[in-house]
Amino acid sequence: MAKKLDIIQSHFVPLPVENIDTDQIIPARFLKATTKEGFGKNLFRDWRYRNNDEAQPIKDFVLNNPLYTGSILVAGKNFGCGSSREHAAWAIADYGFNVVVSSFFADIFKNNALNNGILPVTVSERFLQQIFELSNEALLRINLFDQTIMIGSTGASESFDINPYKKTCLMNGYDDIDYLLSMKDKIQQYEMPITKSLNQLG
Amino acid sequence: MSKTLFEKIWDKHVVSAIKDGPSVFYIDRHFIHEVTSPQAFNGLNKRGIKVFRPQQTIATADHNVPTLNQHLPIQEEQSRMQVEALIKNCTAHGVELYGLGHPYQGIVHVIGPELGITQPGMTIVCGDSHTSTHGAFGSIAFGIGTSEVEMVLSTQCLLQTKPKLMRITVDGILKKGVVSKDIVLYILSKISASGATGYAVEFAGAAIRSLSMEARMTICNMSIEMGARCGMIAPDETTYAYIKGRKFAPEGVEWDKKLTYWKTLFSDVDAVFDKEYHFDAADISPMITFGTNPGMGIPITGTIPTKDTVTETDRNGLEQSLRYMGLESGNPILGQKIDYVFIGSCTNSRIEDLRMVANFVKGKRKASNVEVWVVPGSKQVEQQAIQEGIDKIFEEAGFILRQPGCSACLGMNEDKIPQGKYCISTSNRNFEGRQGVGARTLLASPLSAAAAAVTGVVSDIREWLN
Repeated sequence: MAKKLDIIQSHFVPLPVENIDTDQIIPARFLKATTKEGFGKNLFRDWRYRNNDEAQPIKDFVLNNPLYTGSILVAGKNFGCGSSREHAAWAIADYGFNVVVSSFFADIFKNNALNNGILPVTVSERFLQQIFELSNEALLRINLFDQTIMIGSTGASESFDINPYKKTCLMNGYDDIDYLLSMKDKIQQYEMPITKSLNQLG
Repeated sequence: MSKTLFEKIWDKHVVSAIKDGPSVFYIDRHFIHEVTSPQAFNGLNKRGIKVFRPQQTIATADHNVPTLNQHLPIQEEQSRMQVEALIKNCTAHGVELYGLGHPYQGIVHVIGPELGITQPGMTIVCGDSHTSTHGAFGSIAFGIGTSEVEMVLSTQCLLQTKPKLMRITVDGILKKGVVSKDIVLYILSKISASGATGYAVEFAGAAIRSLSMEARMTICNMSIEMGARCGMIAPDETTYAYIKGRKFAPEGVEWDKKLTYWKTLFSDVDAVFDKEYHFDAADISPMITFGTNPGMGIPITGTIPTKDTVTETDRNGLEQSLRYMGLESGNPILGQKIDYVFIGSCTNSRIEDLRMVANFVKGKRKASNVEVWVVPGSKQVEQQAIQEGIDKIFEEAGFILRQPGCSACLGMNEDKIPQGKYCISTSNRNFEGRQGVGARTLLASPLSAAAAAVTGVVSDIREWLN
């Protein structure tokens, strides 16, 4: 059971870079763990530290700038492309984000986010640019029930799409596995030899 | 009603549809490996349930295994524990494991096809984005996250929303020195690294039909680099001939029955796609990437783009990319010094790739400034290479033939490219740090990689072919 999401109001961390792939979010060398915990400390590892050394933080990188805080990450288009590693979603959640805003998400990352109680909010390119122009003091307000995102200081808002099933899951903290397990009878029926030969499955 | 290849397979696998939501989608084959499965097994154990259909699940160790001295215990502790967890989980749940030392071990997307597990019309998933590879057989195959691995392990199903459909047709005849890797890098350079996001892509046309199964796999493999949910090619005589006689291929009456079904798997003439692209094979040259996403490719004789000549999709990222790569706009890429050559990965590590490289390097020697790693895709590929004497050719050329695994494609094990070094690589991703912290990757075909190995710089393979 994941945490329930409804209204999220928070400062945000801007990362105006396009095509951020999951190798940047969490490099492969940190995928050796067999549990889901603790990936946040290596989130954006090689953009955060010089020479892979925690004693050498890269000052320009936004996660190292104490002025930027909040549970919302705002990133350039095609966020989460590349490897299917769910560790990327785990790292983002473990770091403390529960919303990622972008103008475009890669498919697998979007699913991984939703399966970990992270809300991916797709906004227009224009709205994304408006957010990037805001100061670090600005607040974003996301209302999952209404499917809207609003800039606190200007009142500018936009609605976003989410699959109604996934919305219900996020609002209630349900997960897909619970749902699929409840479908076992139907699945077994589908597998019956007669259905299977009709379908000529592999 | 006319249907696309994708729709024919999709429709047969919908167990149930949720109103306004995704479908419960049945999975025929599930491949698992050591990196993205342990947390899924933990989830099953926490719920106290077993793998629902272990006989439809196949495991191997590939991402995090050493590619030298595989007979010895894995030295790095975390890696060893991860591989041991896979053994433990597979044993506890009755899942067949082709682990280190097994004659079928190898990169998951190489062993599935070579064992005849991958077949037309199937739905295939794995916790790895390059699962799209298996689509070359006319199956719906895609990468999933670990939560989804847990879903498939526990119910053999996923919740899926039907993607939009795209067809990419490549007609015409390929020019000398141009291979399937060049086709897919060319398509990527045209439609960008996000050009197919949200779509299932079917590759069609005479140039695609002319390819061998292994060459087709290279193309479907990189469909994820366009963002596609999956890539697929309708099965034909080439497909059937490849499957026939393999370890898990159907036999006798079963073969006839399946073949009859497979022959129905094509997009009907008037089937409708949401988006179509057409390319001419004659326009394709040997390709190479210059930047930090696989869409940043140019003909090997081209110049590194400027802000004005780069595609719009990559305009904003160009400066950061070139800074990372240590390359300059307007310069030719030919002659760029190379430090490492990596021939391997689920994109290009099959026997045809190794033969292609061996044919070229036979009697030649690598340049003194480069280190060349050849990592076969599987134990079977490795054995075949040894049988054909390819290992000797590599040895004489100064190449190092390592043991099967994902290796320097993702820099997860110790096979890493050092900071700032240039690697021409037959793999699939040139992201920052992909092959090691600060490593600079140039993606290219096995032929172009072989040429660079011999000269020590980016070279045009066609200079040797005339």
